[in-house]
Amino acid sequence: MTPGSVEVIRTADGMPLGLSLQRTLLRSRLRALLLVIPLLAFLTVTFVLPILDMLYRSVDNRIVASVLPHTTVAIQAWDSKSTELPDEPVFEALVMDIQAAYEQKTLGRVGRRLNYEKPGMSSLFRKTGRQAKRITEAPFKEQLLGVDKRWHDTSVWQLIHRESGALTGSYFLASSDLRLDDQGEIALQPEPRRIYVSLFYRTLWMSLLITVLCLILGYPVSYLLASLPARTSNLLMILVLLPFWTSLLVRTTSWIALLQTQGVLNDLLVFVGLISDDARLQMMYNKIGTIVAMTHILLPFMILPLYSVMKTIPTSYMQAARSLGASPLTAFVRVYMPNTVPGIGAGCILVFILAIGYYITPALVGGRTGTFVSNFIAVHISETLNWGLAAALGVILLALVLVLYLIYDKIVGVSNMKLG
Amino acid sequence: MALPIYYSPFEKGWHYTYRVICAAILVFLVAPIFVIVPLSFNALPYFTFSPEMLSLDPAGYSTQWYREFFTEESWQHAVRNSFVIAIFATLISTLLGTLAALGLSRSQMPFKAAFMALLISPMIVPLIISAAGMYFFYTRIGIASTHLGVILAHAALGTPFVVITVTATLTNFDHSLTRAAASLGASPTETFFKVTVPLILPGVVSGALFAFITSFDEVVVVLFVGSVEQRTIPWKMFSGIREEIRPTILAVATLLVCVSILLLTVLELLRRRNERLHGPASS
Repeated sequence: MTPGSVEVIRTADGMPLGLSLQRTLLRSRLRALLLVIPLLAFLTVTFVLPILDMLYRSVDNRIVASVLPHTTVAIQAWDSKSTELPDEPVFEALVMDIQAAYEQKTLGRVGRRLNYEKPGMSSLFRKTGRQAKRITEAPFKEQLLGVDKRWHDTSVWQLIHRESGALTGSYFLASSDLRLDDQGEIALQPEPRRIYVSLFYRTLWMSLLITVLCLILGYPVSYLLASLPARTSNLLMILVLLPFWTSLLVRTTSWIALLQTQGVLNDLLVFVGLISDDARLQMMYNKIGTIVAMTHILLPFMILPLYSVMKTIPTSYMQAARSLGASPLTAFVRVYMPNTVPGIGAGCILVFILAIGYYITPALVGGRTGTFVSNFIAVHISETLNWGLAAALGVILLALVLVLYLIYDKIVGVSNMKLG
Repeated sequence: MALPIYYSPFEKGWHYTYRVICAAILVFLVAPIFVIVPLSFNALPYFTFSPEMLSLDPAGYSTQWYREFFTEESWQHAVRNSFVIAIFATLISTLLGTLAALGLSRSQMPFKAAFMALLISPMIVPLIISAAGMYFFYTRIGIASTHLGVILAHAALGTPFVVITVTATLTNFDHSLTRAAASLGASPTETFFKVTVPLILPGVVSGALFAFITSFDEVVVVLFVGSVEQRTIPWKMFSGIREEIRPTILAVATLLVCVSILLLTVLELLRRRNERLHGPASS
């Protein structure tokens, strides 16, 4: 051993201890990672990639450039601010593209895409497609202008110019009730198409109302469950857990049976004599239906976190407050309630997150006025086929939920989440 | 619970009022579920009580809706689909979820919080968004409108529940037990199957139940990713409510309530077993 140097401690096989420890740690870290990787890979394919696909679709604009490949290139030479129509080469390219797209039956797609931005585009492309095959030689410009007078309109060309890129922000503009006008400036949608801002607003306030109702109904029950002896509270807990475990559709069906105009509640009110048979209350297919049914469905999600927090508050706190002279009310408000704030926070955020993304219940009992953003996403996917707009609405909703999720993570910690 | 003798009359009054309020809320929670049970025996095709039913006339009752459910091919097809899809989805999510939970609860796991947040996200992201994304993507890779597509989608939605329940079991896990097994000469595989698995089994089973019910009850993703061939019980109920309301739906709903009572009982038994073994749970 040379003086001044510290002897390196070695393991039995002669490796320095520090290095050996490092290797062991690395190996166990890898082993832990190896256990998580299968699920991670699985979720990437089945869940994360689909979400990314949706994010991409909300800005994807390849349809115009892929159906009109020559036009979108040729039109770049045209000054979109000018009041003049584009030159002959652009017209020639468009005629070529339309003829090819008409053959391959893809013309309808670009027509529908541009129709979202400017009503009438779909019919313009359909009409031009039918007649373009007769245009075989120059001058293309004159002949195309003869097919439909709308080709004289520079705003049509500006639209094609604007949407010739691979990405577009127009779906996000549309989901905020905005659009690009003919000059390419951001403007409000015309009045009848301004629906999404109020839709988001409605989704938020109805979710908030449902959350507050859940808190008002859930707090006393949780307090009762937490203060009763274990045997009784376990029995009562079953009454909370049964709806929690019952199919969502079963619960929605029950509310339909209860709330219909010919349903149980109306029958009961008529029978008691509170309302007459011809003045039955409309409690379904409107906001009331959605709010009542969703409050019922989400109530267990409020009670469970509240209960688990209340269980941990020692009864001696209240007793101490009382013995120090506080009235029952003061003791409850000043001592007990502040201790339940984490439970209130967790329950409210959980219920709110679940509420703003709800689809089934509003779709079945919400009618026309009690529907949420989710319902419009579904309509755009399966009925109007405006997938870009559906994706943009979805991305905004997702962003809202993720912000709330982060707050929830801060308050509760995702790893502390308990079920049942 | 006896009232403290020092309570003032006002306090006593409030005590009983409070109990009545709580009872009313609990009735609000449970009553709607049980209303459908008698309604499902309605002899008439309505969703409300007929005068005959109220006068307890046997002619007002009938089991025809149950007969319809058990004999009609489209409902039976839905029942088979529901079970096939839920069982396979549960197997996948239980296997992958348990493995991941084992990894996540090791102290050497890097980026634990980030992984956890990612693995839980299928539970948080609104179903309509997952369903829309899956519809777009599964169409692209050609597994939309197949049983495989629906099973994979449901497995993804079920994994967070397994991860959460198994991780919760593992927080109380005494790691000296596995070390003891190893020092007594058990191989890692033997240790895993003879020591770890029996101890985490309650968590795995309750996670699997959650995953099963998630798939069995799920309708949004099936509506988008599946087609008529993949229709499940909730799918049939959803389209039934939208198109023609028949009390068959109430009969199915009653049967589903029985299923959930069964599940609840199993979970309660598991909880009691856990309490017996480890003492009362911390929450």
